[in-house]
Amino acid sequence: MSYHQNWSAAWRSPEPKQQYDAIIVGGGGHGLATAYYMAKEHGMKNIAVLEKGWIGGGNTGRNTTIVRSNYLWDESAHLYEKSMKLWEGLSQDLNYNVMFSQRGVYNLGHTLQDMRDIQRRVNANRLNGIDGHVVSPQEIKAAIPHINIDQGCRYPILGASFQPRGGVARHDAVAWGFARGADKYGVDIIQNCEVTSILQENGAVTGVETTRGKILSPKVGVVVAGHCSVLADMAGFRMPIESHPLQALVSEPIKPILDTVVMSNAVHGYVSQSDKGDLVIGAGIDSYTGYGQRGSFSGIEHTVSAIVELFPIFSRVRMNRQWGGIVDTTPDACPIIGNTPVKGLYFNCGWGTGGFKATPGSGWVFAHNVATGEPHELNRAFALDRFVSGLLIDEHGAAGVAH
Amino acid sequence: MLLIECPWCGKRDESEFSYAGEAHIARPLETEKLSDIEWADYLFMRKNPKGLHREQWLHTAGCRRYFNAERDTVSYQIKSTYKIGELPSSEGKA
Repeated sequence: MSYHQNWSAAWRSPEPKQQYDAIIVGGGGHGLATAYYMAKEHGMKNIAVLEKGWIGGGNTGRNTTIVRSNYLWDESAHLYEKSMKLWEGLSQDLNYNVMFSQRGVYNLGHTLQDMRDIQRRVNANRLNGIDGHVVSPQEIKAAIPHINIDQGCRYPILGASFQPRGGVARHDAVAWGFARGADKYGVDIIQNCEVTSILQENGAVTGVETTRGKILSPKVGVVVAGHCSVLADMAGFRMPIESHPLQALVSEPIKPILDTVVMSNAVHGYVSQSDKGDLVIGAGIDSYTGYGQRGSFSGIEHTVSAIVELFPIFSRVRMNRQWGGIVDTTPDACPIIGNTPVKGLYFNCGWGTGGFKATPGSGWVFAHNVATGEPHELNRAFALDRFVSGLLIDEHGAAGVAH
Repeated sequence: MLLIECPWCGKRDESEFSYAGEAHIARPLETEKLSDIEWADYLFMRKNPKGLHREQWLHTAGCRRYFNAERDTVSYQIKSTYKIGELPSSEGKA
């Protein structure tokens, strides 16, 4: 017994080499997953993941860990369902317990139009082979005894969609599991290494300048969420992205009271209970753009008032911690994954408020895109040029995307 | 909570205002001659700077008029506010 004193490091901390076959900028879940699948599925081992802070310290460590795949449109349904299938085998694949718990996700409806949209979305999901059904307030009450289904309140619960395979996972473990997995294949994970410029020659990327020196590579994949506009600006093109603070908060730990995930767009809040016992609560983005990793006080008030409307019993639970992440929102609430105007430079961004659920799938398709230079069938529709062609994938509201 | 100075009403609480996105985006003239790329740039592409940002706000629960603000997107400090059609005092050009 060493009382947890002699754990060995789960991944190396190497000095950056001068040159790599590929560089991934951004050591969050998506970036680490990209490197992992590039090594595992595409045989590329000479890869560096550059992270300006510490791995998993950005949005990966700041979200509410909800996983679901019940998106309306075919393009997003296929992408998020690919991710869901990877989640279902992820702990085994990584040999690292990511604590993926398929406790189900309820998306509540509070108006007749909400319910029509829910029915349409559930039908679309089932046609795409994604589980889900519409449930009544009584069925919700039977599953979640403490929820308020009083029909006399301002926004009564009229029903919900339920995806049984949805749930939550342990966010840190996802970053650590992918980091350890990538490291085992020889991927260099380099922390405290901020990219300061993107080097180009004749319209093709040649490497990056960093706070730890110049690193050359013919392929650079950028997975930096809120800072993607900053990186695009370095590379010389514009993005249809606005970065907003998205905050979340947790309560003091309490005894088990909620064994599923409840989300509501109309009153705007979502809540689940972690294995530690704290209520994990989130809502929408702050209205103004920002890079400061904190949310506004009015945002907290808005969030908790929605939660207390749904669960009056939580009104006297004390909140413990509150924090913000910087989410990269797009005009159609769908990610941008693919090639850019610069040869060899690839972007994976625009996940907005819902990136955590996509972590393995995002990494899997982006690994294909970076390794082969061409998009995978699953991410072809998410190209940057959809904003030129007009082929947007409008998931605003359609997928219960909370904005 | 931000304290925002409406150019017409003076300092008011953040909750009276709505955010209305990047300022000084002019609708292109002769739109029938625009290419798809130029349309995309006008409609969708945004500066989204880390630092000073010029943006529009609407005094929703006040005079209901739009105005512009210069705000630091990291500290969230509002440097100045000015009326639509004007330029910020810090610089002669938008």
